[in-house]
Amino acid sequence: MLDADMFWNRIIPALNEGLLLSLSLIAPSSVIGFVGGVLVGTLRVYACSPLRRLADAYVAVFRGIPLLLQLYFLYYALPKWGIRFSAYQAAVLGFILCSTAYQSEHVRGALLSIRQGQIKAACALGFSAVDMILYIVIPQAVRRALPGCGNEVIYLIKYSSLAYVLTFIELTGQAKELTARTFHYIEIYFTAGMYYLAMTTLASWALDRLEKKCRIPGFGVQR
Amino acid sequence: MTTHITSGSAVLEARGFCKSLGGKRILNDVSLRVNKGEMKVLIGPSGAGKSTFLQCINYLIPPDEGVLFLNGTPVAPSVKRELYALRERVGMIFQDFNLFDHLTVQENVSIALVKVKGMNRGAAALRAMEELERVGLSRRASVYPAQLSGGQKQRVAIARALAMDPEVILLDEPTSALDPELVGEVSAVIRELARGGMTMILATHQMEFARALATEILFMDRGEIIERGAPAELLASGGNTRTRAFFCKLAAEEGAC
Repeated sequence: MLDADMFWNRIIPALNEGLLLSLSLIAPSSVIGFVGGVLVGTLRVYACSPLRRLADAYVAVFRGIPLLLQLYFLYYALPKWGIRFSAYQAAVLGFILCSTAYQSEHVRGALLSIRQGQIKAACALGFSAVDMILYIVIPQAVRRALPGCGNEVIYLIKYSSLAYVLTFIELTGQAKELTARTFHYIEIYFTAGMYYLAMTTLASWALDRLEKKCRIPGFGVQR
Repeated sequence: MTTHITSGSAVLEARGFCKSLGGKRILNDVSLRVNKGEMKVLIGPSGAGKSTFLQCINYLIPPDEGVLFLNGTPVAPSVKRELYALRERVGMIFQDFNLFDHLTVQENVSIALVKVKGMNRGAAALRAMEELERVGLSRRASVYPAQLSGGQKQRVAIARALAMDPEVILLDEPTSALDPELVGEVSAVIRELARGGMTMILATHQMEFARALATEILFMDRGEIIERGAPAELLASGGNTRTRAFFCKLAAEEGAC
């Protein structure tokens, strides 16, 4: 039976340390993944044909290959070509590349949903193509894409645990190492699960707030 | 190099516009010339090519053939800067209003002033309020398009076009998407513009506009201008014109005849 002293003084501090490392993976990956998703999604809709095809190919590769395999490739295979990343760098890079690919799909759908009439109106007012995309289309598309993109952030919180396979000891890694030392599988895995649940709940709440903050009367309602 | 100069004081002249879409001829050698302060009214059945012609004038739909002159100078729309300049000078009002859903009424009017004309935000906001005042909507400046009626949306769209200080305004059936009881408020704004000397090209099915305001009516069918002339000439009672027959048919459908 796990005693309270061990739980509060050994397990919780170790899991907290893992939590901070998990957050250090999730924060940059989600922010850069979202920005990358907007960029790649925009290229897939509005860029010239070669760039559009390149962006499509990127998404096909990073959505089509398991993330775990991508991480192995970045961390274990690339050094054979002289490209070396630390476990943290490889994990963040892998998460960003994967998240960008998925986010771009949400953004692409949102961009395509903007009424053509508004695009025509912007052109008729003398907007350049870039200004039309930046000031008319993207602000609306991002609002439409928010629920899907938020869902991707929730996924990212969970798949950040894959960094453990690259020897980066984040929350799941800490839990695994603690169980190896103490054999308190139920308590430690349950507690680590609660940490993830707390993170996803908090992220859902924050994303919900963000959606409400960005809400515009009547926007997104089918007319 | 030949320089084409139009004669007279035409603000805008479209010469020999042709357009085909999907192998079908939509416009066939359509020409139009509008002088300062004139209102040309395009009439014709659905599918006659009125909207396509208006959108060809500001190259939202690039014509296959034809030259556009602004104040006597030919426009080269293949040069991006000239194309954007043309669109600044030729305003457009759409049937479906096409307001920007994510912006307030005031922002809808001011955004092009900031991003296209390069005005600062404060000055653009003031200018937007002036135009909203002109169309009677200054009190609705802070609401979003979804909170407006159809008539109010179209008045905002008119204010948005006017704010750019255009030399000509193209109006593509501005009252067609409105409920009958909302047509009057938009018609009143357009009448006011006509009285103020605004140069306009209007595609419409409303005979009252054509009769009361048109300098010239152009009747289009199957991509060609079939008849053109002054309202008194084309709409004279007892006359035997396509334009008059068209309006009588419309009136009969509405139960007015």
